[in-house]
Amino acid sequence: MAILTSRKVVKRFGGLVAVSDFDLDVQERSIHSVIGPNGAGKTTFFNCVTGFYRPEGGQITLDGHFLVGLRPDRITRLGISRTYQNIRLFNNMSALENILAGEDPHLRSGLFGAILRTPGVRKEETAALDEARRLLRFVGLAGQGDLLARNLPYGSQRRLELARALAGKPRLLLLDEPTAGMNTQETAEMTAFIRRLRDELGITILLIEHDMRVVMGISETVTVLDYGEKIAEGPPSEIQKNPRVIEAYLGRGSTDRMN
Amino acid sequence: MPAKRSSPLLTALRLGSIGGGVALLLSLMGMVEALSERDIIAGVISTGIALIVAIFMVFGFSAARAQSDSSPVTRIAVGTLTGAIGESFLIGLVIFGQNVDLRPVFPSASPELYTLLQFGRTGTQAYVTMLVFGAVVGAFGAGLALMPARYRRAIVVGLTAVTLSGLLEDLIHITLATAPGLLVLADRILARGVESGLKPIGAVVVFVLFAIVTFFWGPIRTGIDAGRKAVPPSQRHRAGLLIYGLLIVILLLLPKAFGPYLTEVSNSVMIFAVMAVGLNIVVGFAGLLDLGYVAFFAIGAYTMGVLTTTAVGAQRGQIVWGPQLTFWEALPIAVLFSITAGILLGIPVLRMRGDYLAIVTLGFGEIVRIMALSDALKPFIGGSQGMVEIGVPSLGQVNARLSSQELYYYLMLAVLFLVIFIALRLRDSRQGRRWMAMREDEDVAQAVGIRLVSTKLLAFASGAAMAGLAGAIFASKVGSVYPHSFNLLVSINVLAVVIVGGMGSVPGVVAGALVLFGLPELLREFSEFRYFVFGAVLVAMMLYRPEGLWPEAKRRQELHEADESGPDPQPEVLVTSGGAGSA
Repeated sequence: MAILTSRKVVKRFGGLVAVSDFDLDVQERSIHSVIGPNGAGKTTFFNCVTGFYRPEGGQITLDGHFLVGLRPDRITRLGISRTYQNIRLFNNMSALENILAGEDPHLRSGLFGAILRTPGVRKEETAALDEARRLLRFVGLAGQGDLLARNLPYGSQRRLELARALAGKPRLLLLDEPTAGMNTQETAEMTAFIRRLRDELGITILLIEHDMRVVMGISETVTVLDYGEKIAEGPPSEIQKNPRVIEAYLGRGSTDRMN
Repeated sequence: MPAKRSSPLLTALRLGSIGGGVALLLSLMGMVEALSERDIIAGVISTGIALIVAIFMVFGFSAARAQSDSSPVTRIAVGTLTGAIGESFLIGLVIFGQNVDLRPVFPSASPELYTLLQFGRTGTQAYVTMLVFGAVVGAFGAGLALMPARYRRAIVVGLTAVTLSGLLEDLIHITLATAPGLLVLADRILARGVESGLKPIGAVVVFVLFAIVTFFWGPIRTGIDAGRKAVPPSQRHRAGLLIYGLLIVILLLLPKAFGPYLTEVSNSVMIFAVMAVGLNIVVGFAGLLDLGYVAFFAIGAYTMGVLTTTAVGAQRGQIVWGPQLTFWEALPIAVLFSITAGILLGIPVLRMRGDYLAIVTLGFGEIVRIMALSDALKPFIGGSQGMVEIGVPSLGQVNARLSSQELYYYLMLAVLFLVIFIALRLRDSRQGRRWMAMREDEDVAQAVGIRLVSTKLLAFASGAAMAGLAGAIFASKVGSVYPHSFNLLVSINVLAVVIVGGMGSVPGVVAGALVLFGLPELLREFSEFRYFVFGAVLVAMMLYRPEGLWPEAKRRQELHEADESGPDPQPEVLVTSGGAGSA
C-alpha cells in the first residue's frame, strides 16, 4: 500500500513550470527512485513534499494526512525526514549536537525544565544523548561526535546528515543524491546502508540519484521526470529499455541512432 | 599584504608611513599627551610614550615579517628603517608645529606635546634622539619577528604584564592591601604616587616573572595536568568546588577592599554584564541580530520608575499617577513587562532575517525612546524631565549595615550569577540546541522539526527579561529615569561587549563587559577617547580575533573525560556489524 501519494502536483516559478501534474505512489517499505536530467524538477518535488515550497495545485498525502500547506516542522513530525543535495548541516555545532537537534520532535522538555534541570528533564537528556551516540555508531562516525560538523570530511558529513535525518525516527526518508561526490567504494557502502535502513528499520526510501548503478541496483520502482513531467515509471529493468527515457537522457534522435 | 613580495626599502617605506601616520593621528588627537600623565614605570616611561613604542614595535615587527625570505640582517634593517621613518613623521610634526601654530585646527598640538615628543630635549639633539628612538623600537619589533615563537611569546606577555600592572597600579594595591603580608610586596614593586605606575625594580620583577612562566608554560601545564590526573575524580570535583567557593568569598569581600568608587564601577559593569548575557542569548545563541536591545532595558527601568516613584501628585511634580509599590514588588512586574515587550516585538519580526531584522529592531529601540519623551505619556513617566524618587531595595536590618553601593553590589552580584546560571542551563538544553540550530540554518532547523515561532519568541523573551531586570535595578540604583539614558548607543555598546567577548560564549561576554566598561572607568584619561578606542578595538578584533576574547569552548559529550584515551577516533566502516540500529 502507498505511504506517500502525490496527485496532480503543480509547482511554478513565474512562467516556468518546474513540476507539472505529477502523480506518484510510493509503496510502504519500498525503495523508490526519482531520476531525470538536471532541472527536471526532482528536488523541487522533494521541496513540495517537505513543505519548503507550497505547490500551486494538487495534493500530497502521507498515510492519508494532507501535507500541502503544512509547515515543514509539522511534516517532519508526521514522519518524513530528508537530506540535501548540497549538504546542509548545522556547521558550528558538534556532530552529536546535530543529531540531538534532529531528535527534537521526540523531546518534551521546556524552558523551565531546562533551567531547573528536573529529574525528568535530566532523564530525557541522558536518553537523547544515548540515542545520539547510538546513531553516530550506526552511521560509522563513532569517535567523531565532538568534532564540529564543518570540520568533518565530506563523506562523514553525508553520513552525519543521514544520522540527523534518522534521529527524527522517520517512516519515509527522502534522500537527495546521497552518493554525490563519492568514490566507487563509498558509493557501494552507501548503497548497502540504504538497503539496510529499509530491511532492518522498515523505513520507506524515496531517492533522487544520478548514479545509474545505484538506481538500478537498489530500487524496486523508478520514476523518470523530464521538464517537470513524469515520462516513465516501472521496475528498473523496464526503465532501462524505455525509449522515452533514453531520449530524455541522451537527446532527441538518439533512440533512432541506437536502433 | 600583496601576494608579490615588495623590496625591503618599499616595505619599510610603506609600513613606516602607516605607523608614522597612526602616531601622528594619536598625537594630534591629544591622546599621547593625555596619557602621558600616567606613568607605567615611575620616572621611566609614561603611557603616552608607551603607546608610541607599541605602534612602532608593531610596525617594525610587521615589516620584518613581510620580508620573511630576506636575510636576518636585512629584516632587522627593514624594521629599524620602518621605525625611523615612522618617527620622522613626528619629527616633522615637531618642526612644523614649532613654526606654525597648529592649535586653531588641532587644539591638542600644544608646546607640551612637542616637549613630550622630543623627550624634553631641544634642537638637533632632540631630533637625533627621536630618530634613534624610532629606529631602536623598530629594530626591537623586527627582532621579535626573528625570534622563535616561544621567546617572542614570553617577551610579549612580559611587556603586556608590565603595562597592565603599571596601568592598574591602584587596583593591584587595593587587592594586595587586603593581606598585610602582601602589602609589603606591593610597596616594593609599586611606586605609589599619583598615577605613578611601577617602580623600575617592580617592572623588572613583573616582566621576569611573567616571561619565565610563559616561557615554561608548556612543561608547567603538563605538570598541572599530571597533578590533576593523579587526584581521583571525586576529590577533583571537591577541589573544583573549593576554587569556586574561594572565588565567591573573594567576590563577596571585594566591596570592602574596593571602597565606594570602585564598587560603583563594579555595579555599572555588572549591569552591562547582565544585559550582555541576555543579548548573547538573542544574538549569540539564536543568531537574531537585535539593535534595539536598549528598549527592554528602558522598559524595565520605566516600569520600576512608574511603580515605585514617590514623587507623585500635583504639588510634588508632574507625575499624576503611581501605585508607590516597594522595589521588591515592582521588580517581578518590571521583568514581566519586558518579557511581554520582547514577545510583542518578536511577533512582527518572525519572518525577518539578518539585516532586515536588525533594521526593524533598531526602529523599535527608537520608538521606545521617543515614546518616553512624548507629551502623551508625560503625566505618567515625566517626558524629558524624567522621574525621580525611585524605590530602593529594602532588606530590613541589612540596609543599615551596608552602604548604598554595597547594597547594589550584592544585589547585582546575585542577579549576575542568576542570569549566568540560567544562560548556561539554557545553552546546554534542548532549548539551546534549537536556538543554535536556527542560527546555523533556519530552513533546515525547521525541517528537522523545530518550531521556529516559539524558538524565536523564547529567545526574544529571555533576552528581554534579562535586560528588563538590569534596567529595573539601574533605575533604582541611579534613583531616577531619564529618556536620554536609553539611546541607541547603549544597544551598540552591549552588542560590542558580546562581539568582543565572544559571540555565544557566556564567560566571554562577562569578560567583555569587564574590559569594555571596567577598564575605561579605571583609566579615566581614556574616557575622552573611549569611543575611538572602542572602534579601534572592534576593528582589530574583527580582523585578528573574530571569535572574541574568550570563545565558547566546545563541550565533549560523546566521550567523557575519563575514557578520553579509550576508543580510537578512526571511523568505522559505514555498515557496522550487528543490529545496532533499531529506531
